[in-house]
Amino acid sequence: MKREPLVNAALFLSLPAVALWAVSTDEPFTITLATRTAILALAGVGLNIALGQGGLVSLGHAAFFGLGGYAMGVLASHAQTQTPILEWPVLIEGATSMPLIWLVAMAVSALAALGIGALSLRTSGVYFIMITLAFGQMLYYFAISWPAYGGEDGLSIHLRNSFPGLNTLDPIQFFGLCFVLLCAALLLSARLKRSPFGLALNAARQNPLRVRAVGVRPFSLRLTAFVISGVITGLAGALFADLNRFVSPSMLSWHTSGEIIVFVLLGGVGRLFGPVAGAGLYILLEQLLDGVSDYWQVFLGALLLTVVLIARGGLIGALAGSEVAHD
Amino acid sequence: MTFVLFAEQVLNGLQLGAMLFLMASGLTLVFGVMGLINLAHGSLYMIGAFAAAAVAAATGSFLLALAASLAAAAAAGALVEVSVIRRLYDRDHLDQVLATFALILIFSEGTRWVFGSFPLYLDIPSYLAGPVTLPGGIEYSLYRLTIIAIGAAVALGLYLLITRTRIGVQIRAGESDREMIAALGVNISKLYTIVFAMGAALAGLAGALIGPLQSVQIGMGEPVLILAFVVIVIGGIGSGKGALVASILVGLTDTLGRFLLPIAFGAFMDPSDATAIGSALASMSIYVLMAFVLVVRPTGLYGVAQHEA
Repeated sequence: MKREPLVNAALFLSLPAVALWAVSTDEPFTITLATRTAILALAGVGLNIALGQGGLVSLGHAAFFGLGGYAMGVLASHAQTQTPILEWPVLIEGATSMPLIWLVAMAVSALAALGIGALSLRTSGVYFIMITLAFGQMLYYFAISWPAYGGEDGLSIHLRNSFPGLNTLDPIQFFGLCFVLLCAALLLSARLKRSPFGLALNAARQNPLRVRAVGVRPFSLRLTAFVISGVITGLAGALFADLNRFVSPSMLSWHTSGEIIVFVLLGGVGRLFGPVAGAGLYILLEQLLDGVSDYWQVFLGALLLTVVLIARGGLIGALAGSEVAHD
Repeated sequence: MTFVLFAEQVLNGLQLGAMLFLMASGLTLVFGVMGLINLAHGSLYMIGAFAAAAVAAATGSFLLALAASLAAAAAAGALVEVSVIRRLYDRDHLDQVLATFALILIFSEGTRWVFGSFPLYLDIPSYLAGPVTLPGGIEYSLYRLTIIAIGAAVALGLYLLITRTRIGVQIRAGESDREMIAALGVNISKLYTIVFAMGAALAGLAGALIGPLQSVQIGMGEPVLILAFVVIVIGGIGSGKGALVASILVGLTDTLGRFLLPIAFGAFMDPSDATAIGSALASMSIYVLMAFVLVVRPTGLYGVAQHEA
């Protein structure tokens, strides 16, 4: 276990290092890549709370990622056209302030996670996987067939939303913002893991019967973890939409859910920094292999198979050379 | 809305149900016997459709195309089972999800590599083209009717296979206790390969049959895969009867929802709004059905109670 903190620190610091290096050499595209990595890692950190700590294999986290994205898209597009979202019973107007958008995105994701979680967690195992997948697809098809916000074409926003005191159009400032949120989520995730709640959740993953025997309901633990997980992924969705200034149903598609799981797995399931390593590796592969072949996803698929079948600890497992502490 | 139009939509629902059954029966068989969740089932459907399109273009024979789809999907299924899937039986579901997700990436991009990004087309053979007149004056596409018939025939065939043949006995025994039947001298890994290839062949057949109705393209298997998941969740994972009942239920709900909801909304709102809202809600109808079934019976209509949650 000794090497893991070092590996974590190195991986983690490489992200701002790359971004700052890109500033000094004036390569805004590289900053954008670093920002994307931070945002996707944030989504992965969210999923990892359900997946790594709670053992809940959700194949529907794109639902929260996409809802966060659409929360931003809807608010910003109404602000852009200066039409209220709702006039009756209360007047709700659009917004371009990031903190407000984040709050809305997180609230919407929390509500969705509560509903989807309450239904899906009645089951477990394969049922849970398929049901989360199905609910994700439900929102996906709804977004495609609902014409008000672009339908299949998605929704573009002309200007990136604003954050008090910062110029979010400057790539490095937006990167900083995303990176700070990633740090906060990592901190939260680490605190959660050590908290009484996290310990109970972990116990419910390993042996729900015993947890129930001591008087704790695994269902409530899992639902709470699922909601927290959905909220963080939803926030990542809002940032991702802001990065691209575009939101489309593809954010809700099950491929996105699969990719978020892939980030967690490539880095190492159950590792705190796994999603950061995984998202970094994914973006790196995408950039390196895309130049070599148009069919880079074949190599991604082969790599994934290798990780699943042979190198089970993921990137951090390979670098730190040890299994996750007994669990 | 006339009776004839309604009957036509019911038949369309049955046709979708027959397609879903071809997909879901393989999925549920593989889960029941091997305990494996296979996301790449949709890729086998796609392989069947591409094989059929390629053979139909080369030979002009639809029957040969169907045979090719069965053979290609079964071969791909057997190959994947021996090389990858076999290592996943003892793993947890997360590993199975990830490995089969990786297979989707490989299959999709591999097919793009071989066939290019443009969709292929399959024609309905001349002897199945055109409508037939059913009792009650309903005119309906002969080809779609054939799909319904094939679905029913496959359901019957599977039932006979599982209940009346030696391999069916082994499959049922494998479902309840795999160690025991291995100890009794049945070559369990060969049995697994056969079951997987069989499920793959059915998916391939489904792909080939749908080819003339839609275009044959990369990623065509995924929407069907998700519907098939909804089907087996509603029917109960591992249950063949559940797969059949739920396929028909989902097929009818989806088709009739798309047909009736816009009309229902049109009764009290502006027609263009009614179409938009109706079709948006219709796309969610089967998931609402699924949520409802889950609330009433968390293990599906014909599912066995799970051990610990």
